[in-house]
Amino acid sequence: MQRPRLDAQTLPTALAAALFSLMFLGGSLAYDGFFSGQVFLNLFIDNAFLVVVAVGLTFVILGGGIDLSVGSVVALATMLLAAGIERWHLHPALAMGVVLLGGLLFGTAQGLLVQVVGVPPFIATLAGMFLARGLCYLISIDSIAIHDPRLATLSQTRLSAGALGEVSPSVLVAAGVVVAAAWAAHRSDWGRAVYALGGNERSALLMGLPVARTRVGMYAVSGLCSALGGLLFGVYTLSGYGLHGLGLELDAIAATVIGGALLSGGVGYVVGTVIGVLTLGVIQSLIMFDGSLSSWWTRIAIGALLGVFCMLQRAMNWWHRRHQSQRSA
Amino acid sequence: MRHSAAPLPSVGSLWQACRQHSLFWPCVALLGLVVLNGGFNPGFFSLSWRDGHLYGPIIDVFNRAAPLMAVALGMTVVIATRGIDISVGAIVAIAAAVAATLVGGSLVIQDGQQVYVTRTSLPLALLLALAAAALCGLWNGLLVGVGGIQPIIATLILMVAGRGIAQLLTNGQIITIYYAPYFFIGNGYVLGLPFTIYLVAALALLMGWLKHRTALGLFIQASGANPVAARLAGINAPLLIVAVYTFCGFTAGLAGLMISANVKSADGNNAGQLLELDAILAVTLGGTALAGGRFSLRGSLIGALIIQTLTYAIYSTGVPPEVNLVVKAVVVLVVSLVQSPALLARWQSRGAPAA
Repeated sequence: MQRPRLDAQTLPTALAAALFSLMFLGGSLAYDGFFSGQVFLNLFIDNAFLVVVAVGLTFVILGGGIDLSVGSVVALATMLLAAGIERWHLHPALAMGVVLLGGLLFGTAQGLLVQVVGVPPFIATLAGMFLARGLCYLISIDSIAIHDPRLATLSQTRLSAGALGEVSPSVLVAAGVVVAAAWAAHRSDWGRAVYALGGNERSALLMGLPVARTRVGMYAVSGLCSALGGLLFGVYTLSGYGLHGLGLELDAIAATVIGGALLSGGVGYVVGTVIGVLTLGVIQSLIMFDGSLSSWWTRIAIGALLGVFCMLQRAMNWWHRRHQSQRSA
Repeated sequence: MRHSAAPLPSVGSLWQACRQHSLFWPCVALLGLVVLNGGFNPGFFSLSWRDGHLYGPIIDVFNRAAPLMAVALGMTVVIATRGIDISVGAIVAIAAAVAATLVGGSLVIQDGQQVYVTRTSLPLALLLALAAAALCGLWNGLLVGVGGIQPIIATLILMVAGRGIAQLLTNGQIITIYYAPYFFIGNGYVLGLPFTIYLVAALALLMGWLKHRTALGLFIQASGANPVAARLAGINAPLLIVAVYTFCGFTAGLAGLMISANVKSADGNNAGQLLELDAILAVTLGGTALAGGRFSLRGSLIGALIIQTLTYAIYSTGVPPEVNLVVKAVVVLVVSLVQSPALLARWQSRGAPAA
C-alpha cells in the first residue's frame, strides 16, 4: 500500500479540500447558524444528484473524453419518471428501472458513436444533448408534477445521521455510487484501463488493453449515472420538466476540474470530484446565508474558482516538469 | 490548375470534380433543405418589394442567420488553430448588456414632441460594447495562448462566469432599449436588403481577404495542422492564438449587437443561449474539422444557413418548435456519419472489387 503523498497529481485535490474547509470555516465565523451539522449535511442533500452525475462524468474525463449530454439526460430522466408514473401509470420501481436502462443505453449509443463511427466526443455528446432535451419536449412541453404518494413520502423521508442531523435517502444513494465508483476507478481492471486510455491511447492500445470496450463503457457509465442523478433530482423536486438541469453539465465539469481532474484525461480522483461538488455547494450556501449578494455572484465565483484551479494545474505541471528535468540532469 | 486547360471536360469528370469539392455535401444539404421548404411552403421562394424593402422568406432566413454567421466565422478561425470557444454565447450576452445599458433610451420632450435619446452617444456605445466583447476574447486568448490551458476549459471559465457578469451589468433585469436608431443594426435596410447581411458580408470579405491575400491564413492553418512544425517554421503561435480568440470575441460582440437590436432588449440570462453550440455545429457542417488545420469560411456561412433553413422548415411545417432540438440532433448524427472516415473506409473496402 502506497503512502499518500503530495505531488502534482494529488495536490489540486488536496487544495480543493483545504479550500472547502476554509470556506466552510469562514462561513461559520461570518454567519450565525452556519456552523452546524445540518448545514454541512444539507450540502449533501441538495447536491446528491450532482455528486452522482459528476462522478459518472469523471470517468469520461479520466478517459480523455467529454460528455455534454449529462444535464439533458437528467432532464429526460425526470420527465420519463414523471410521465411514467403520472401518465402511463407504471409502478414507481418499474419506471425507475426503465429510466436507468434508458440512461445506460443512451450512454452506450454515444460511446459507440465516438468509438466505432469516430465522431469527436464533443460533437457526439452535443447531438446527445440536443436529442435528450428534444425528447423531453416531445413528452411534454410543460412541467409534470409527481403526485404519487409513495414518491412523495420518499421525498420527505429523513434518516438520522447521529449528532450531525439527518440526511435524505438520496445521500445514501450518492454515497453508494461514490464508493462503487472509487472502487471501479482505482481497483478494477476497467478503471485502470480508463486511466491508461486517458493518459495515452496509443500506449493503451499497444499494451493490449481493450480500448474499444473501455471507451464505450465509460460513456455508458456516464449515461447511467446521469439517469440515476435525474431520478434523485426528480424525487427531490417531485416533478419532471424539460428545463431541469439546464447548464448542469457545466457544474459537473467545473466540479471535476476543481476536484483535480485534468480535462486532457488520465489524471484525477473520484473523491476529488465529490470535493469539487461540495465546494460548489458551499459557495451557494455562503451566498444564500449572506442574503445581500445576488444569485449571479454564484456563477461569477464558480468561474473565478475554475480559473484559479486551471492556472494552478498549469503551474503544478510546469513545476513538476522542471523538477524532473533537474533530477535527470 | 484550371479546368479550361483540359481539352473539353466531359460531364462525368465535371461531376467528379464537383463531388470532390469540400463544399459539395454542405451545398447538397442546404439545397435539400431549401427544396424541402419549397415543398412544404410554396411561398418560400416568393420575393416582394414593399416600401423600398425586399421581403420574403429567403431574406428572412438570411436576416435571422446573420448573428450565427458572424459567430460561426469567428469560431472557424479558432477551430482552425485546434481550439474551441464555448464562451461566445456568454460574450453575446455581455456585449448586448453593455450596449443596452449605455444606449438605454429615455423619454424627453423636444419641440413639443416625445423623443427618445441615448444615455451615451451611439457610436461610443457600440464601440464600447464591441471592445468589451473583444476584451472577453482577449482573456480567452491569453488563457489558451499564453497560459497554455486547454481551449475548452479556458473558455468554459467565461461561459460560466460570463452570464453572471452580464446579469451584473443589467442588474438581473431584462433591459429594454427605446432608442430607435439602435434598432437599425438588427432591423434596418440598405438598398432593399437587411443591414445585417451587409455586416456579415463585410466581415466575411475582410476575413477572406486576410486568409487568401495575406500570410495569416497560411499561419493559422499551419499552426492548426501541425503546431510543432509551425513553431519550428518561426510562427509566433501564442500571438496568433491571442489574436484569433480576440477576433472571435469581437464577432460574438457583433452578433450581440445584432440580436439585441433585433429584439430591442438585452437579457443577460437568455441572450445567445446555446449559440456556441450552434456556431460549432455550423462550422462542422461546413466541413472544417474540429481537429484544426484547413478551414473554410464559405463552408461555415453555408453551415449557419443550413441551421437557419432547418429552423425555418420546422416552423413552417407546423411541428412544435421544441422538436427543433431532436431534428438538430438527427442532422448532427447524419452529418457525422456521412463525414466519418471510419465508416467511409469500411464502405469503400466493401465496395471495392476483390483484387
